[in-house]
Amino acid sequence: MNVATTPPPSASFVRRLLSRPLAVVALLWLLLLLVLSVGAPVFAPIDPLEQDLLALKQLPSAEHWLGTDALGRDVFSRMVHGVSLTIAGVIEAVVMASLLGLSLGVSAGYFGGLWDRCVQQYVSLVQSLPTMLIMLAVLAVFGQAMLPAMVTLGVMGSAGVSRVLRSVTLAVREELYIAAARISGLSDAHIIVRHVLPRIAGPVIVQMSLFAAIAVIVQTGISFLGLGVAPPAPTWGSMIFEASASLNDFPWLLVPSGGVVALTVLSFGLLGDSLRDASTESWSRPAVRQNVKARQAVKPKDLPTDSLLSLRDVTIVTGSGNAMRTLVQGVSFDLKQGETLGIVGESGSGKTLTSLSLMGLLPPGVHVSAGTAVINGEVIDLSNEKRLTQLRGATVGMIFQEPMAALDPCFKIGHQLAEVIRLQGLNTPQVQAKVMELLEQVKIPNPQDVAQRYPHQISGGMAQRVGIARALASEPRILLADEPTTALDVTVQAEILALLRSLSQSRQMAVVLVTHDWGVVADICDRAMVLRHGKVLESATVVDLFHRPQHPYTQALLAANPHSAKPGEVLPTVDDKLMNITGVAA
Amino acid sequence: MSTSPLLQVQDLRVDFTQGQGKVFQALKGVSLNIQPGETVGLVGESGSGKTTLGRVILGLTEATSGQVIFDGEDITHASRLRRRTLGRDIQVVFQDPYGSLNPARTVGDTLAEPLLSDKTLSPRDMAQRIADVLQRVGMPADTAQRYPGQFSGGQRQRIAIARAVIAKPRLIVCDEPVSALDLSVQAQVLNLLKELQQSMGLAMLFISHDLTVVRHVSHRTVVLYRGDIVEQGDAAQVHEHPQHPYTRALLAAAPVPDPLIQRERRAQFDLARQALAAAH
Repeated sequence: MNVATTPPPSASFVRRLLSRPLAVVALLWLLLLLVLSVGAPVFAPIDPLEQDLLALKQLPSAEHWLGTDALGRDVFSRMVHGVSLTIAGVIEAVVMASLLGLSLGVSAGYFGGLWDRCVQQYVSLVQSLPTMLIMLAVLAVFGQAMLPAMVTLGVMGSAGVSRVLRSVTLAVREELYIAAARISGLSDAHIIVRHVLPRIAGPVIVQMSLFAAIAVIVQTGISFLGLGVAPPAPTWGSMIFEASASLNDFPWLLVPSGGVVALTVLSFGLLGDSLRDASTESWSRPAVRQNVKARQAVKPKDLPTDSLLSLRDVTIVTGSGNAMRTLVQGVSFDLKQGETLGIVGESGSGKTLTSLSLMGLLPPGVHVSAGTAVINGEVIDLSNEKRLTQLRGATVGMIFQEPMAALDPCFKIGHQLAEVIRLQGLNTPQVQAKVMELLEQVKIPNPQDVAQRYPHQISGGMAQRVGIARALASEPRILLADEPTTALDVTVQAEILALLRSLSQSRQMAVVLVTHDWGVVADICDRAMVLRHGKVLESATVVDLFHRPQHPYTQALLAANPHSAKPGEVLPTVDDKLMNITGVAA
Repeated sequence: MSTSPLLQVQDLRVDFTQGQGKVFQALKGVSLNIQPGETVGLVGESGSGKTTLGRVILGLTEATSGQVIFDGEDITHASRLRRRTLGRDIQVVFQDPYGSLNPARTVGDTLAEPLLSDKTLSPRDMAQRIADVLQRVGMPADTAQRYPGQFSGGQRQRIAIARAVIAKPRLIVCDEPVSALDLSVQAQVLNLLKELQQSMGLAMLFISHDLTVVRHVSHRTVVLYRGDIVEQGDAAQVHEHPQHPYTRALLAAAPVPDPLIQRERRAQFDLARQALAAAH
């Protein structure tokens, strides 16, 4: 089998694999077969061809562990001596399939172009041929020989393998580090060995393991037909054939012969499954969603009378017990109608989590350990996800950073808006009218035309306008915008910000804008708070924040912006600044 | 500057076929020069062709017509073999510090790549060069034995810069090198690029959508709009006295981190946008 070069990260891969009981059982069984095939004369000293005509069709006994067959031969011995033939056949097929499949698939995926098209044609041709017929034809030419038959199986099987590996290689080929390696002057062979093969080792092993399972069945099938190996020699297939001949008077014979084949096929299959799971586990394991019981909401004492949205002491944690980490600690703010609050921070500051907690949309594994929201006079504990879900949409709307990802590519723009509006119980003409009205509100030219388009047919700026229209559909009082312009060009950003500003004024919406961009904060926010490592460092009106920043970190961040520096000069970095101000490293 | 340009791009065109006979013109006849030791900022929005231009210079995308001349040699259609040796002279820093380093290779392995084509280097020399360059970009000495996964975005970008400068190139194409980084980290990486550029006499093509960043690092600025250069010139000139309506719109659109000034700029932007609409 193809063994991948194993860099240290895959050491943990082996450990992950061995933590799966099914994989361990499968591996142990295959290992046992291997040991049996090597030490067959020791483990099964009885000659598998020796006939004992006085002991025909016997059930298991101390002398014959698995009984005897119709000619009085020891079943256990025949089975053990059959292992090496089966394993040899499987290895022949797998080696052939992996060598051919790997070279064809990787070269087609990596080089592309004409060679790729030729390989694809060849693969289609091979896959359209009936494998069994071709193998029978080969056997007819070469006589009873297992090697050419299994090599043929390998060639036929390599087509499917190469197809999978080609698509994996295609994905890896686009990685930036491959472009960087090419620019650095590495040869193609070098790039394939250094960068492509290690990345596709996982799929190769999985494919080969599953292919081995097929090879066991085919190998058994051929010897069942008596075509691979001349009859008296012990093979699993011929044992099944003999068992089937005496199925009516001695069904036991089928148990050891069929059982060993079934177990082996199952082992290869399970091993393949476990390999696949173990190789993707590190990034695809779903975090456990903890069911936190909703706590009783306590009305905060210091509520301003005119606030539409207030948050008090929001604390968000991940994990539990000793592994618990606090991501957001004690965040509070008040927001009036028509006011825009900026939550500013760098990656990992907890700004997005704070806004998501208000929607009841925290990612799995993360939960609110304390915190109260007062939305429109209603006091809600933030652990009450059920109530937050009800408010979502109707009272609290949200727009996202990636406008394209927030729209379903399968449906037209008009349909996606209508879907939301229909929830308000309007009839069809009213819904259509509302769709047009919303699209006009977000200043989309030609709303009739745009409503008939699919998301991929509109630009990113237009998609964000549609996203805003959808959030507005249920007329929310509060709008959460998580980096709404980060993915957009500056000219489009300016238009979207202008739109948000005019909407928040005309509808008297309260807007919470999460961003890392100080320019955006200066443009649209009335007040802003600076978050770092989950804590609020300061909160002030934007004019105060920019002109009289209180916290050293805010001062340092503003100074690090190339906008305030003289072109070409060394920028004051945040670490240095904080060091100067506070005397400690950030 | 009177010296001959290190890189000349002449009337470069790149077409992408989109199927059904449609052709997208990514670059419609672009010409620009980069002098030795000069930083040229290339500004444009998505779809302007700024990344395509960088890719053509790096040999990752085929030009439809036009020429790329490096140090007097036409490298527009350089052979694979020539490209491999060009890697010592022209290097790259990509935007995404996560995708540009192979997660399964140690940092030392990755840094060695630009040196592999130099057969005169012994393994000991190579290790020394790697240690030197890591120190140069401010990374700890044991970085070479570790994997990219153990570093933050800013640190990875330092490693990517180390890979770009280790073979002592003459030109580096920086494709949005700080766009994925936080403001605090961005300042460090910009300082590093600037310092390396001055001490090694590097020429840089600095591609970015962020005018402030481009203004900060570049000597000259080139503004790309839908595959055409609409304006190019001295950085101060382009940023303070933009001539083309698009440049003006672009400058006016970028929000300034000062709420009072930003309020005035908003009005400017509306005017600039109307002017641009009238121009097209």
